[in-house]
Amino acid sequence: MSPRAACRLERLGFTQVYDFVSGKLAWLAMGWPRAGTAAAVPNAGEIARRGTPTCALDDRVADVAATVVEAGRDVCIVVSPQGIVQGRLRGRALAETPEATAEQAMELGPTTIRPSERLEPLVERMRRRGVGSIVVSDLKGRLVGILYREDAERAPEAARR
Amino acid sequence: MPQAIDIDEIRPLLTDGAQLIEVLPPEEFEEEHLPGAINIPLKQLTEQATASLDKARPVIVYCWDYQ
Repeated sequence: MSPRAACRLERLGFTQVYDFVSGKLAWLAMGWPRAGTAAAVPNAGEIARRGTPTCALDDRVADVAATVVEAGRDVCIVVSPQGIVQGRLRGRALAETPEATAEQAMELGPTTIRPSERLEPLVERMRRRGVGSIVVSDLKGRLVGILYREDAERAPEAARR
Repeated sequence: MPQAIDIDEIRPLLTDGAQLIEVLPPEEFEEEHLPGAINIPLKQLTEQATASLDKARPVIVYCWDYQ
């Protein structure tokens, strides 16, 4: 639809016409600001907890574990040099393999969701599968934050108050 | 010829003052749109509907995705 609209605008005399081909879907999947009635209800990206520790693939697990404790968190996301999510370190992997590298110990390719994910169906899926938290990444695979089910369960109600 | 742009290019253009048009139906626009966008559905893209826009400034048009 937008290519046709772009051609139409040129026909109407506009001289610098750009067609944002990946559209609203891509914008929302980046977790960027949005407007409209739906914006009153938070989505996954808006309630994901920021400031999750990250580490590089070659970092030692012992060092990562210390960073996680210092940050008061329970998880570290392993990212590539470009900041792309590669894995997750938590629980036993953090405690039991101090000499391993993050890459060796990490849970490879954790499930991620986009910031634009709506909360109610997401919470339903998380409950059904017994998932307490999930990684939120943007369209390019970069970490946005961690969404905790307890936060998501509270959020829609809070928005309606 | 309109120029196709992707996610990396849209924000600099907006910062530089590009105008933004969503061409989806009004109900979809009302529900969720990009901040600063105006809604002119494709079927209503006429001289009159675009009269308030500046033809000398860049204009970005978008819909939902690669439709």
